[in-house]
Amino acid sequence: MKARVTVTLKAGVLDPQGQAIEGSLKGLGFPQVASVRQGKVFDIVVDGTDEESARSHLTSMCEKLLANTVIENYAIEIAN
Amino acid sequence: MKSAVIVFPGLNRDRDMIAALTKVSGTTPAIVWHQDTELPQVDLIVIPGGFSYGDYLRCGAIAARSPIMDRLRERAEQGVKVLGVCNGFQILLEAGLLPGALMRNQSLKFVCREVKLEVCNADTAFTRGYSQGQIIRCPVAHHDGNYFADSETLERMEGDGLIAFRYAQGTNPNGSLNNIAGILNARKNVLGLMPHPENLIEAAHGGDDGRALFSGLLGQAA
Repeated sequence: MKARVTVTLKAGVLDPQGQAIEGSLKGLGFPQVASVRQGKVFDIVVDGTDEESARSHLTSMCEKLLANTVIENYAIEIAN
Repeated sequence: MKSAVIVFPGLNRDRDMIAALTKVSGTTPAIVWHQDTELPQVDLIVIPGGFSYGDYLRCGAIAARSPIMDRLRERAEQGVKVLGVCNGFQILLEAGLLPGALMRNQSLKFVCREVKLEVCNADTAFTRGYSQGQIIRCPVAHHDGNYFADSETLERMEGDGLIAFRYAQGTNPNGSLNNIAGILNARKNVLGLMPHPENLIEAAHGGDDGRALFSGLLGQAA
């Protein structure tokens, strides 16, 4: 089963990298960019076919390692 | 003072820390490799600075999940003193031994220079060698030292005297909230700080303002 975990900074947490990317995009001639927040994507292949169990394991992976929940949120998508 | 230094792959300040502990305490610290499963009986456990696991995922994130960290957590709960410097501070935060997180420097630049620190709580085992409000010199060298905690946590820490060191006015190198450079846990037996006191302990370093941190600890343990 293929899963995608997206980790993003929580709202209100300063994102200097996102700000630098935003500045660079504007410099490249994209004045319509209003804001950029950067994050991480993990593509994870999980053994088994039980989606519920995979989701529960992935949640645990996010809580234990993939995200630092002090500053980050995570979202889990499972591909059908 | 008996001490131990935990070494993870990718740390590079371990030798400096071992030298500082040896010079100040007169005893060579035990070196504990991250795959070891036991910690020796010591008064102080130190995680030095560097780039454990190449800073992959987040600084300190992988090291914080090593088996030795469960042993460290047990010792911290027993009241053993734990010191984390730079990457060691990042590891203690990722392991949940201290509150908050360290983010990329606001400037996005790696900062390697000397700063001035204000001793904000001199009534701890780590800071008893200093006087309250004393301004000391200390080198910093990091890319991710921008301390963050939610406002509730910050307020509690400020109220409970858990801010050990702050960057003195005008020298904050990373944009950390409330100019925080080093923090304590609620029990005040765990200290994490970004600056490197182990790199300023004798005249050959150009100063010895960092020495009192170690000599203060020595007095406490003796």
